[in-house]
Amino acid sequence: MLFYSFFKTLIGHQVTVELKNDLAITGVLTSVDQFLNIKLDDIRVVDDAKYPHMMAVKNCFIRGSVVRYVQLPASAVDTALLQDAARREAQQPTTGGAHSISR
Amino acid sequence: MSTEETLTAPVEQNAVEEPLDLVRLSLDERIYVKLRGDRELRGKLHAYDGHLNMILGDVEETITVVEINEETYEEVIRVHKMTVKRTSEMLFVRGDGVIL
Repeated sequence: MLFYSFFKTLIGHQVTVELKNDLAITGVLTSVDQFLNIKLDDIRVVDDAKYPHMMAVKNCFIRGSVVRYVQLPASAVDTALLQDAARREAQQPTTGGAHSISR
Repeated sequence: MSTEETLTAPVEQNAVEEPLDLVRLSLDERIYVKLRGDRELRGKLHAYDGHLNMILGDVEETITVVEINEETYEEVIRVHKMTVKRTSEMLFVRGDGVIL
């Protein structure tokens, strides 16, 4: 849950998401969920000439599992807070991927 | 007379250090991460979790492109081309790509 909370603090910031298929998309983070699926607004593909098929797309939803990296502005990150949270997170190991959806 | 039995058993805390505990010692240190797809990262570890998702700061990515020289059948000479991509900001790395 650490990174979910972390990404929630980044909503509204411009980020660059690099996918596993080497596609890199820059946009404003509007939404994130527990699976780290990402919604971006007002997107721009980083290498336009190489990947033209997103020309008409303004907003997108990216499945969390296809993300390789997310490049974030360093200014938006409080490293001390992150490290502290990571230390605490490590003491409670996630028991077999706690991704339970109750309806 | 009531025999008071004070249980002196301490609260169960993993006395054995698990690998993730060892990673915890590396927080705020520069580390080397090997990823799938012949990629390597060097950066400062700011955060991680049980999936090995990580936040690295001031990170340098190295992608290794292998070119095979097939002139001789006896020896296959590989020329490693290292392209270094520098992302000086913060980088979130998804855990399922991490090997080492």
